[in-house]
Amino acid sequence: MARNLGRFLVLILLVSICDAASVFQPISDSHRSAALELFTPVNGSFGSLEETYEALRTFEVLGVENKSDVRHASCASVSKTLESSSSSLKDLFFALKVNGILKCKINEKALEGIISRLKAAINDANSLLDLYHSIGSLVLMKEQSLKADLHLSDAKGVFHSIKALSQSDGRWCYSSSNPQSSAYAAGIALETLAGVVSLSSSEIDQSMIGALRNDVLKLFDGIEKYYNGASYFDEKLIDSHENQGSISTTSSVVRGITAFAAVTEESLNLPGDKILGLARFFLGIGIPGDSKDFFNQIDSLACLENNRVSIPLILSLPSTVLSLTKKDSLKVRVNTVLGSSAPPLTVKLVGALGSKDTSLIDSQELKFNSETGVHILNDLPKSIDVGSYMFTFEIVLHELEPEEVYATGDQTKVPIFVTGIVKIENAEIAVLDSDLGSIETQKQLDLAGNNIASLSANHLQKLRLSFQLTTPRRHAFQPHQALLKLRHESKAEHIFVVGSSGKQFQLVLDFLGLVEKFFYLSGRYDIELTVGDAVMENSLLRALGHIELDIPEPPEKAPHPPLQPVDPYSRYGPKAEITHIFRAPEKRPPKELSLTFLGLTILPLLGFLIGLLRLEVNLKNFPTKAAPATFALLFHIGIGVVLLLYVLFWLKLDLFTTLKALGLLGAFLVFVGHRILSYLAATSSKLKSA
Amino acid sequence: MARSSGKDAQALFQSLCTAYAATPTNLKIIDLYVGFAVLTALIQVVYMALVGSFPFNSFLSGVLSCVGTAVLAVCLRIQVNKENKEFKDLAPERAFADFVLCNLVLHLVIMNFLG
Repeated sequence: MARNLGRFLVLILLVSICDAASVFQPISDSHRSAALELFTPVNGSFGSLEETYEALRTFEVLGVENKSDVRHASCASVSKTLESSSSSLKDLFFALKVNGILKCKINEKALEGIISRLKAAINDANSLLDLYHSIGSLVLMKEQSLKADLHLSDAKGVFHSIKALSQSDGRWCYSSSNPQSSAYAAGIALETLAGVVSLSSSEIDQSMIGALRNDVLKLFDGIEKYYNGASYFDEKLIDSHENQGSISTTSSVVRGITAFAAVTEESLNLPGDKILGLARFFLGIGIPGDSKDFFNQIDSLACLENNRVSIPLILSLPSTVLSLTKKDSLKVRVNTVLGSSAPPLTVKLVGALGSKDTSLIDSQELKFNSETGVHILNDLPKSIDVGSYMFTFEIVLHELEPEEVYATGDQTKVPIFVTGIVKIENAEIAVLDSDLGSIETQKQLDLAGNNIASLSANHLQKLRLSFQLTTPRRHAFQPHQALLKLRHESKAEHIFVVGSSGKQFQLVLDFLGLVEKFFYLSGRYDIELTVGDAVMENSLLRALGHIELDIPEPPEKAPHPPLQPVDPYSRYGPKAEITHIFRAPEKRPPKELSLTFLGLTILPLLGFLIGLLRLEVNLKNFPTKAAPATFALLFHIGIGVVLLLYVLFWLKLDLFTTLKALGLLGAFLVFVGHRILSYLAATSSKLKSA
Repeated sequence: MARSSGKDAQALFQSLCTAYAATPTNLKIIDLYVGFAVLTALIQVVYMALVGSFPFNSFLSGVLSCVGTAVLAVCLRIQVNKENKEFKDLAPERAFADFVLCNLVLHLVIMNFLG
């Protein structure tokens, strides 16, 4: 569960980094080096047969030479699995898959045994995964020519039993006893059905395949989309333990439909933009950190590269930041998902939307350089100035063979940043007299150089800063930041935004109104100017000089400047200790006094006992006969036990245990007491009557 | 006048003593028990007056146990007294059984409240 959640988060994070219409890059060398790092064999093997197959298939698709020699250990594992009669269907399946890549030597007799086992398993199978593994194994054996003329005896029956597991929404169930529909199971089912068709093509008629085509279309109706153009499949119930995550589910469906399209004669009429969406989903993952995700990504892209539905073509830009200063040209590549070259086509730039949402250029074609495989637009149109744009590209394919279908999407939108040097001209700083506006001091500033302006002013005057910003195409420019900072010797800082109108930027500081803001601090203020923007190549943060300000004394109630922390990290240090106030404990009497009174309390008891003796109490009335005597004894003992129980209750028992014991003792006591007291009553009444 | 009242008091006291001597022994035992209980309660009150009533529940349970058992003993005395016409038909053993039972219940409650 945590793994799926982790994958979701990674996916969402990766997608959120891309813009609303993002650039997808086909598989490149960074994938190859990441594959070598991710799939590292331990002691000459990759682990289980499934993991070995995933690693080998990834290396095969990427064309990576596997430096370490895993062949020996893997082939040994493959032979052991194929020769053992107790291997599971899943192990046989993956052993044959590994064998397909490594081409190990297999014992002939073992193959016979396997075929009979697989055919028996197909007849007995009651779950989709069993059928998938057994039929898949037979297909692999046929492909690897391990056994010629391999046929499925009851292909129609198997086809129907798999088809019976399909649901109305195009998904499949794993077995008839587990009614939960799953897109992952749909992918597996389609692959299995393709295997059935390829093993005995004569028996399956086209109407059954036609029904399957409808199932596939229904499955694709349930495809989910991201806003950046990626499409994927996901399970409806997220926390089912069989849920694999969107990457596994989508790759299973891709394998299924490409396998199915390979065995049918008529084409699956799937819309090209959905296939392109699937390709974008896998490319949008980037480089996964999990080996299973990596394998699923690479395997699915390999299926999409040469599939019979439609082959997606990816438009990518090596760089989305163009510099006007360096006279960068716009370069575009169109490749298949694995980075191979595309069929002959033309790329057109049909629009560029700037911040005002109006298209700035006419449609132009990019020139194709066949040596580098890049479409280039050499000079950016004059209407493109510095800023961020959304360029819209269209791909126009040249003449094609009828069976070659490519998915290019209608239009691809790519965010482009155009940077350049923004000229800062006519920068000057001046001190003005307030009312008349006449200039007292005026200094020209050379913002490229390092000269320092030294000014002085009093609170009746104003400070004026002005400059002009011009873009390379001579338009006005509004940077993200145009700020002036005045910092006093005591480190008190004040920041002002420089306002603009058109190309002219100007800031006038009227010190009369600012004396309170400046906390009535006179003295030397350092002046700093910041002009910056993401597309400005020469953003600057420049110390302009200093100004001596003469400000009157503060009145009594003036606000003091906030104390600057000596160490800005002191807030992370330990805080003041909290002293808890507890209720003062009650005064207790001295021990001797308490013991004295304990003794005093015993005194009345002693007095009672002495009094009893004085009164000559006797036990003459104690019954002498055996039965009443025992009852009397038990009665007194019972009362004694109850009192003992009370003492124990005070010392350590709780009320419920006490009540339970008391209930039992009480019942006993009542019985015994009743007996003895009724006996006594009887004897005394006999005495009275006598 | 004072001497005669003093003599009267003495005479009264003497007659009280002689009359009391005539009471049956079992009633005297009960009286002794009541006296013992009340005296214990008084000692506890004096102690509380000295040291303060900090564990108030303990003080209450101590005093109330003494007072309660004294009250129950008084009830027993009333019921057992042969001269009391009201309880002529009640067997003294039955009264004693009630006394024992009520005392046990009282002391259970006292022990719970003692803390």
